[in-house]
Amino acid sequence: MDIIRGPLRWLGTTLKLMTYNKAGFIGFLVTLAILLMALVGPFFVPLDTKTKLDKIYQPPSTEHWFGTDHQGRDIFSQIVHGGKDVIYVAAVAAFLSTFIAVTFGTLSAFAGGAVDSVIMGFTDIILTIPQFPLLAVLAAFIKLDNLTLLGVFLGLLSWPALLRAVRSQALSLKERDFVEAARALDLGAGHIIFRELVPNMMTYIVISFTLAMTAAVYTQVGLVLLGLVPVSSSNWGVMISLAWTQGAIFFRDAMWRIMMPILAIAVFQLSVITMTRSLELAFNPRLRTMA
Amino acid sequence: MSTSSTSAMAPESQGRIRSDVSTVKGLRRVADNFYVRRVAKALFTVWVVSTIIFFLIRLLPGNPIEQYIARLIETQGMDYENARMQAAALFAIDLDAPLWKQYLDYLLNLLRGNLGVSITSPGTTVTSIIARFLPWTIFSVGIGLILSFTVGILLGLMMAYRREGLLDHILTIFASVVSSIPNYLIGILLVVWLGVQWKVLPIAQMRGTLSPGVTPSFTFAFLYDALFHAFLPIVTYVLTTVGTWMLSMKGSTIGTLGEDFVTVARARGLKDWRITTAYVGRNAALPLFTQLTIAIGFVVGGSFLIETIFQYQGIGYVLSGAIAARDYPVMQGVFLIITMSVIFANLLADFLYGWLDPRIKVG
Repeated sequence: MDIIRGPLRWLGTTLKLMTYNKAGFIGFLVTLAILLMALVGPFFVPLDTKTKLDKIYQPPSTEHWFGTDHQGRDIFSQIVHGGKDVIYVAAVAAFLSTFIAVTFGTLSAFAGGAVDSVIMGFTDIILTIPQFPLLAVLAAFIKLDNLTLLGVFLGLLSWPALLRAVRSQALSLKERDFVEAARALDLGAGHIIFRELVPNMMTYIVISFTLAMTAAVYTQVGLVLLGLVPVSSSNWGVMISLAWTQGAIFFRDAMWRIMMPILAIAVFQLSVITMTRSLELAFNPRLRTMA
Repeated sequence: MSTSSTSAMAPESQGRIRSDVSTVKGLRRVADNFYVRRVAKALFTVWVVSTIIFFLIRLLPGNPIEQYIARLIETQGMDYENARMQAAALFAIDLDAPLWKQYLDYLLNLLRGNLGVSITSPGTTVTSIIARFLPWTIFSVGIGLILSFTVGILLGLMMAYRREGLLDHILTIFASVVSSIPNYLIGILLVVWLGVQWKVLPIAQMRGTLSPGVTPSFTFAFLYDALFHAFLPIVTYVLTTVGTWMLSMKGSTIGTLGEDFVTVARARGLKDWRITTAYVGRNAALPLFTQLTIAIGFVVGGSFLIETIFQYQGIGYVLSGAIAARDYPVMQGVFLIITMSVIFANLLADFLYGWLDPRIKVG
């Protein structure tokens, strides 16, 4: 019983802590809804690929919730199917960049001296190179036709800001009393890092991960808009890109076709960013002992 | 974030070496100087970036030079030797020299401002393309950033003073919404709503950097026309960055308001206005300058999608065109210039920071 009860109680406390910030909790619910729609939705909503000339550019109705596009296809089904790839690439990128930032940020803070100088110098250089043009130029050299590869690429370039933040966080934690105490008790580096520091930085790590995801959404959709990432499947970015290159943004009736994918991306970004307020509460170990 | 930037400047030479030679002392003083350090770091970054570009162009398998040679042979029926010579001329690289010599020549060429010749419009040097288009990007991005930084700081200050009020709530929601939507999507939204759905703005006429027939001069008509064409990009830059400034400034001001020196200033009976500007405002805005350096890179970097959306012919517009046409010399040159302007802007922000906060210069 305890095996079930333990995690359940943890989940209960987490959810309760998250509701303390109302906006953050709403963001969390919307994020959850979008994730469900993008990952599970495709099994229930078939992708509408049939051209129906008599149904071009229809406004939203009970039959077509988000209206129809230039070939009379249902936009709602495209939105449901178009989130998967965007979120997958963002997650790969965020995972990699958070991993790099946390590992080398803590290393830099703890090793100090020459290691710190080298890591920070390198970070500063990567930070000053404008990321988006660099990616665009690189994409012209290297074919980014694989989603995982694209995610890895985005992740490899987007860690510097996070690393600096993690490093300063670790620097301040390093001087705290409880770390001093652990050191005085000779509990070992492993214990100090994984039992004392990481739990205290968890808030930071989780927030960094979600923010890295939004950054990766920004860059990948930008690259798609420039036509640099040949993604063939339906994808929110590709939908906007097609509407843009085909001149639909200058066509009054095409409004739903452009607005829906833009809205999908905007709502996703907004809710993920708002969610971080609740995550801040949920992963704060001090609040947990109080609750 | 601010701790990392100050600790990075901590001089390695804490132990004072007593040297009788005054020139050594003088040199040390120059090397420890805040401004000298910053300039050296900026130059080092420029060198690293140009080196990366060189190796990308030259060494990557299927690099642009090989691709270009292959294309010339295929489409124009040239023999290998001729194609190679033409490619070498375009990229301003001597392909027969040893690699270190090529690298040295490349660096010397950069110093001389020779960035090669465009592939798609033969005869046009990359330098002349940059000289023609870069000023427009500096103009629009510069105005946009200064405007949004000023407005954001003022609004953030106001929000901190009236926190939990109705205005604060409305502005906070506004700030979170605009700062989370990608800037190019805001650009597209402006075109769709202002230009197409509501027809408030003549977006077709607003394309380009100047109307036909208008030439650069110090007249009101020219300035008006330049601002008319730059209007939408500037609005986009302001809308997408102002939220971040507002929220950071609000947080920073609330922190500063609790400081002892503010209480003391109040106790001394200083005028409210003076406390707000000289005591609270100046101190609260300081941390935002480090963020400004990151924002400059982000906005300049993202500007090439914005310029493409509004058909504003700045350097970003040239870059996206060059990428689409695989015009490698232009791509390389423009990317280098964008990076250099970001590095230069960072340097400027650092100097400004040093001037505003004398503490960091002492290190």
